[in-house]
Amino acid sequence: MTELTQLSLSDARDGLTKGDFSAVELTQAHIEAMDTHRDLNAYITELPELALERAKEADYNIGQGQAGALEGLPLGIKDLFCTEGILTTAASHILDGFTPPYESTVTANLKAAGAVTLGKTNLDEFAMGSSNESSYYGAAVNPWKKTGDNSNLVPGGSSGGSAAAVAARMCIAATGTDTGGSIRQPASFCGIVGMKPTYGRCSRWGIVAFSSSLDQAGPMTRTVRDSALLLSAMAGHDPKDSTSADLPVPDFEASLTGDIKGLRIGIPSEYRLDELNADVKALWDKGITWLKDAGAEIIDIALPHTKYALPTYYIVAPAEASSNLARYDGVRFGLRVKGDSLDDMYVKTRAAGFGDEVKRRIFIGTYALSAGYYDAYYLKAQKVRQLIYQDFVNVFKGVDAILTPTAPTPAFPFGENSNDPLAMYLNDVFTVPASLAGLPGISVPSGLSSEGLPLGLQLLTKRWDEETLFRVAGVLEEAADFTEHPFEGEG
Amino acid sequence: MSLDDATVRKIATLARIDVADADLAPLAKELSGIMNWIEQLQEVDTDAVEPMSGGTDMTLSWRKDAVSDGGHADKVLTNAPEAHEGFFGVPKVVE
Repeated sequence: MTELTQLSLSDARDGLTKGDFSAVELTQAHIEAMDTHRDLNAYITELPELALERAKEADYNIGQGQAGALEGLPLGIKDLFCTEGILTTAASHILDGFTPPYESTVTANLKAAGAVTLGKTNLDEFAMGSSNESSYYGAAVNPWKKTGDNSNLVPGGSSGGSAAAVAARMCIAATGTDTGGSIRQPASFCGIVGMKPTYGRCSRWGIVAFSSSLDQAGPMTRTVRDSALLLSAMAGHDPKDSTSADLPVPDFEASLTGDIKGLRIGIPSEYRLDELNADVKALWDKGITWLKDAGAEIIDIALPHTKYALPTYYIVAPAEASSNLARYDGVRFGLRVKGDSLDDMYVKTRAAGFGDEVKRRIFIGTYALSAGYYDAYYLKAQKVRQLIYQDFVNVFKGVDAILTPTAPTPAFPFGENSNDPLAMYLNDVFTVPASLAGLPGISVPSGLSSEGLPLGLQLLTKRWDEETLFRVAGVLEEAADFTEHPFEGEG
Repeated sequence: MSLDDATVRKIATLARIDVADADLAPLAKELSGIMNWIEQLQEVDTDAVEPMSGGTDMTLSWRKDAVSDGGHADKVLTNAPEAHEGFFGVPKVVE
């Protein structure tokens, strides 16, 4: 059944409709792949029985001619989405044993569309990290390796388990969340398509909160068409999230016209960093040529506040995180460490329950919000965030989309950046600006580095213009023709 | 911007996270490194700039100030490390 794990979401959907195979067969094939590649640690919780039960229902629905948009399609769900009656960890010790009595809106939407959940995928603790190394459950491993070098590489983060699972064919597609690049960077590292929608497109309700003004759920898939298909099912207005947009969800798949003639593509000079990896630089130039050859007009643009995006992010996100993570106090859910008093119980529970990176961000955020420093840091960062957003607003008066690399390097070995927080933060240098501005972005696998590792190119458009984003991404995907597979002899 | 041990102790207290005395100095050094890097924001002229407080410029939706759900005390308490008679249990706070 290996071949069933090679199908795209759209091909599997068509195969199920035509009766070429059953949802149970499709799910079973992926459960076998999960067994084969368990050493990748892509899943924190596997749900094979539940998945097969759900697949049987899907087969029945298909037989009755009542198939939902994702009927019978087996997905991985990032373990940041609350799932009713199923352990939800956020990869943190402090959520030990937490079984939500409710379902996140995004996963409820997927269920309603008929999707099958194979399991909950690994991530950096509370989605804070770019390598998966901060997971309490041990890091997920990238299925890709350098040519002739068997050492393990990070899958990126924070949605590293989802990216590894999709790349290793342990699910057809997966959900991720992106706060500063947590969908796009791991997608680039694992050679898959990762898409962050406009802030407000997907409901945040029931997603374990990290930074509420930045967090967005999005699809992680192997093709751009699948990305459009999955987003259509995930998105939609939700009265339970006050920032959820009350806008109709377009048929994103229909935006893949294959035609970008006359579209104007911006190339930001500020993203040409001196230290940019040579392969990444070369691929970016190729991408420019591909879009030009497809009839787009290439325009040099300036985003002057780009260099301030990372330091701005590292005030805004930790400030919001320090507030959001105040709820973990050993009283209502998860871990409790006994103390001599209520306060002693709090400090001991939080000291034992949070990992180093989470603590670091809570401390930075607490400091930035504390009396006497609020204006100097938090308010200042909110103002610079406005300037970063205005840079994009100005640029989108003259271009339809922006093309950049997704990450400054390919996947790196474990331990390489783990002792230097600032080096780790640099992974998100190209993804954070769009996050701060609330823009949609997509990473499309576009080539291999000289060492044989996948590299992604990122496209950005203005808010609510996912249709142009998918349209350009489809053309980029076709030109790049990325067909490489992480495991030799498969695919 | 260099954070001293006393400042880090204060932050840890505000954040309700226990930090051992021996860990204060290395933590102060690490946080100082990050804050020094963030300091570059001060060079940006933001005098006439409106702070951006959210991820969207859409008007946040309103709803009626009315109970829309509830009565799930049993479900809510299933995850509590300690629960008694429909309430969360905590260490004694009143002598």
